[in-house]
Amino acid sequence: MMHYLLRRLLLVIPTLLIMLTAVFVLVRLVPGDTASVILGDQASAASLAALRARLGLDQPIYVQYLTFVGKVLTGDLGQSLSTGRSVISEVLQVLPSTIQLTVAAIAIGLFLGLPLGIVAALNRNGWIDYASRVVSLVGLSFPAFVSGILMLIVFAIQLGWFPVLGNTSGSGDLVDGLRALVLPALNLGIIMTAYVARVTRAAMLGVLTEDYIRTARAKGVRPRQLVMTHALRNSLIPIITVVGLYFGTLIGNSVLTEIIFNRPGLGKLIIGALNARDYTLLQGLMIIFAVCVIIVNTLTDLAYGLVDPRVEYT
Amino acid sequence: MTAVVTVEMRPGGLWLALMQNKLAWVGIVLLALIVVIAVFGPWLAPHDPLEQNIVARLDPPSPDFWLGTDSYGRDVLSRLIYGARVSLVVGFVAILIAMVIGTAIGVLAGYVGGMFDQLVMGVLDVLLAFPTLLLGLMIAAMLGASLHNLIIAIAVTEIAPFARVARAPTITLRQREFVEAGRAYGCGPVRIMTHHILPNMISDVVVMSSLWLASAIRTEASLSFIGLGVPPPTATWGSMVREGFENILDAWWLAVFPSLAILVTVLALNLLGDALRDASDPRSRAR
Repeated sequence: MMHYLLRRLLLVIPTLLIMLTAVFVLVRLVPGDTASVILGDQASAASLAALRARLGLDQPIYVQYLTFVGKVLTGDLGQSLSTGRSVISEVLQVLPSTIQLTVAAIAIGLFLGLPLGIVAALNRNGWIDYASRVVSLVGLSFPAFVSGILMLIVFAIQLGWFPVLGNTSGSGDLVDGLRALVLPALNLGIIMTAYVARVTRAAMLGVLTEDYIRTARAKGVRPRQLVMTHALRNSLIPIITVVGLYFGTLIGNSVLTEIIFNRPGLGKLIIGALNARDYTLLQGLMIIFAVCVIIVNTLTDLAYGLVDPRVEYT
Repeated sequence: MTAVVTVEMRPGGLWLALMQNKLAWVGIVLLALIVVIAVFGPWLAPHDPLEQNIVARLDPPSPDFWLGTDSYGRDVLSRLIYGARVSLVVGFVAILIAMVIGTAIGVLAGYVGGMFDQLVMGVLDVLLAFPTLLLGLMIAAMLGASLHNLIIAIAVTEIAPFARVARAPTITLRQREFVEAGRAYGCGPVRIMTHHILPNMISDVVVMSSLWLASAIRTEASLSFIGLGVPPPTATWGSMVREGFENILDAWWLAVFPSLAILVTVLALNLLGDALRDASDPRSRAR
């Protein structure tokens, strides 16, 4: 186990390096001179040269690359071009809001998705199964901004149950905060429910045909226990895999959701950086998002062992 | 020797299984309808999608303008019809590019194997680690908003999945007798890959392309919504939702109709793709 843990953690290093290289190349895709793109056409030659020197663009490309990698590995993601503050502090300021939203969404996704998938699998080809399959396919087809807008129109504008503009007032009132969280969290959570229900159903169907389920049934194990301990536990590995893989989609969807519901968070930060042509902030956000995904993927791999003791780490 | 040995592919069986799936039919009919609307758009649209009408700004649906007008007084229905062309073309071209490049990479990696395979798959795994929308967003932002860049951005996000699907069967096919025989006949590696391996795994790739076309169209709509799509005044569904969103308190219908168009298109592709995948997988066919 220790051996596997070490090897799996060592694997993070090349992944990280390739990711940083990819981001480095991507940022250099900006057509033309980066400095003049940032400052605009009217910038003087002196200010262009100054910015180039500040960004290190006057250095040879390999020096730029090594400086970039070195800085990122020591936790320095540079300063935002538009606000002058460090990228890390920009991110830390809005991170709690995004974490609050995604955690609520994951909770909704698992809480609704798991039972829905289990019930569908147990009633295979029954009307519940059919309905849940159609509903989850519709859920999977919703781009997050489409479902968000429809929810906003129905529940906030037409019915007036929730604030239209989210918690921009910044009043630390818990009730207001929760009310502003409901629609965005539901928007993300329901899309995730569709994914979880689908995978749970497929995984359960695979397990329910196994011999040991028949044996357990023959031995007189009660249905409830049969599902919870015999079938579900063995279905968990594919479910965990997909939930782990879904994390990337969840981040993308949370960006769209934050825009729609006007919530502070990484999504709004990224859009602000786009509009201000703040390339260092964009680059920093990209790295942070990718690191999050790499961490979640690693944790997902490690979680297999906790769920299924038969997994041998060789 | 031009004989192509087909082992795994049974188009007849696939088609039959597909025909029995009711949901697949819903998808096919919806998709056919959308394609017809897109192709015959100029004849179907009641107005010019770019014609502005200052008197009729933000009008609700009426007999003149069935789905209302936007903040420039342009007919929403006509813009919706023209927008279908953009969404379908962007999605289709992007997926085609991703399919060609991704399949080539996957087959090459699977056939060559060794260090090359590990390196290529390592890079692709990292590419997969980036959230699709954010990767597309970064590329589109770096390159600038235009039709070409939008297609490139979406294509890049879909290359890695194609490569993964192409690589797996290549590894098993590489060791099959008919590939061995081809090599004994003196076929070069390129010929082996294009004439012996590709025909035997291309159905796996095509089956997935419908699902990923759905994802490409979703990404296109999302990027257009963020403002990184085809620049105005061209009508695209994503940018129409964006304009509707800006006027959501005064004219909610502006956002609703393009939203539904995106949803129905993605849903139709998912229905078809899902059925195709089930039909091509004998294990799920039994279920």
